[in-house]
Amino acid sequence: MSEQPLWQKIQPGGIAINPGSTERVRTGDWRTEVPVVDFDRCTHCMICWVDCPDASFEVANAKLVAVDLNHCKGCGICAQICPVKCIEMVPDSAADRDESVNENGVT
Amino acid sequence: MTLKLRELSLKPDLFGTGHGLCAGCAESVSVRQILAALENPPIVALATGCLEVSTTRFPDTTWKVPVIHSAFENSATTISGVEAAYKALVRKGRMEERPLTFVVFAGDGATYDIGFQWLSGALERGHKFIYICLNNEGYMNTGIQRSSATLLGAWTTTTPTGDVRPGKPEWHKDMTKIIAAHGIPYVAQAASHNWKDLMTKVRKAEQADGPSFINVLTPCDRGWRFEPDQTMEVSKLMVESGLWPLYEVVEGSWKMTGARQKRRPVIDALLSQRRFSHITKNADDKVIATIQAKVDEEWDALQALCKMSANQ
Repeated sequence: MSEQPLWQKIQPGGIAINPGSTERVRTGDWRTEVPVVDFDRCTHCMICWVDCPDASFEVANAKLVAVDLNHCKGCGICAQICPVKCIEMVPDSAADRDESVNENGVT
Repeated sequence: MTLKLRELSLKPDLFGTGHGLCAGCAESVSVRQILAALENPPIVALATGCLEVSTTRFPDTTWKVPVIHSAFENSATTISGVEAAYKALVRKGRMEERPLTFVVFAGDGATYDIGFQWLSGALERGHKFIYICLNNEGYMNTGIQRSSATLLGAWTTTTPTGDVRPGKPEWHKDMTKIIAAHGIPYVAQAASHNWKDLMTKVRKAEQADGPSFINVLTPCDRGWRFEPDQTMEVSKLMVESGLWPLYEVVEGSWKMTGARQKRRPVIDALLSQRRFSHITKNADDKVIATIQAKVDEEWDALQALCKMSANQ
């Protein structure tokens, strides 16, 4: 978004041609608290996955494997609804930030 | 087909990441659940609203399915055209027949107020599509103005609170009942905290022979004034207090859905949202009594309809 394309390069009719391209926007920058999952206690029930507004729980073969910190906004819904309470919200530190992200939150 | 989260998690997410909806927004939760529940590939029409402006920032899109947006009011008309065009192309042999589901996502402003006439027309014409109303009880995208879905007594920027007026003075429109009166095959009311109930209803709507309508309560943490992590709890309290009963109308037959339990007093739900803080600070407030009386009345009417349907 730092460089605006010329009008000749824009799709006619304002059509967006790259499905899911907002992925390049790092909404994780909004976060003040970060969910930390205790994987030893996690039962892989997937309730956090289904109730996450930002699709930030990465799953593989029906198992929870990681949290996508580039997009997690730190709302804390997961920590509230986890049936075994294995997700804890802790204050986020700047150390986790991706340095390649510009002021618009885009890589 | 049964709904198992582990099986559903194997499917690719059709609604991506990086959208601009607020932290703790229930709309993206419901959209992800609805798209995951669909068995056919969907074609989506969007009405203007929170969901549309924050997921389709040009030149980007959060969607991984075909999405069309034209204006605020005409999402039902747009999807009617898409469905009719598909049928015409198949009839003329210019396109292969394939299983497709046509879906509309609209807010309560686009459904209850601005797009009401368009939606009513599309339902009457009998196009086969699923209309999802993501009901956050107000025009939250433009800065929390009242809509005809806003609850009585709620604070919004256009229904300020003070000595003269206690928030919104009118009772909200019962849109689900109005849609049920169109006599379409499937009408339901769902809420974002109950994924199983919502996904089951989406599956039933997809199987319905004709238009279907699902009114989904999606609590708005900015507009309703609660902490972002309380979204699911607030949704649950709204359902349990009877302010948002979960039910479905299949071919004119009314049925309650979700877990059966004793109904909570409405004050429990009102206390969870600071948009009602001016009336909940005094437990004897007459607005609370008015809301409770009206909810009791509507609940009894709904139970009577369900009872009548069960005896048929």
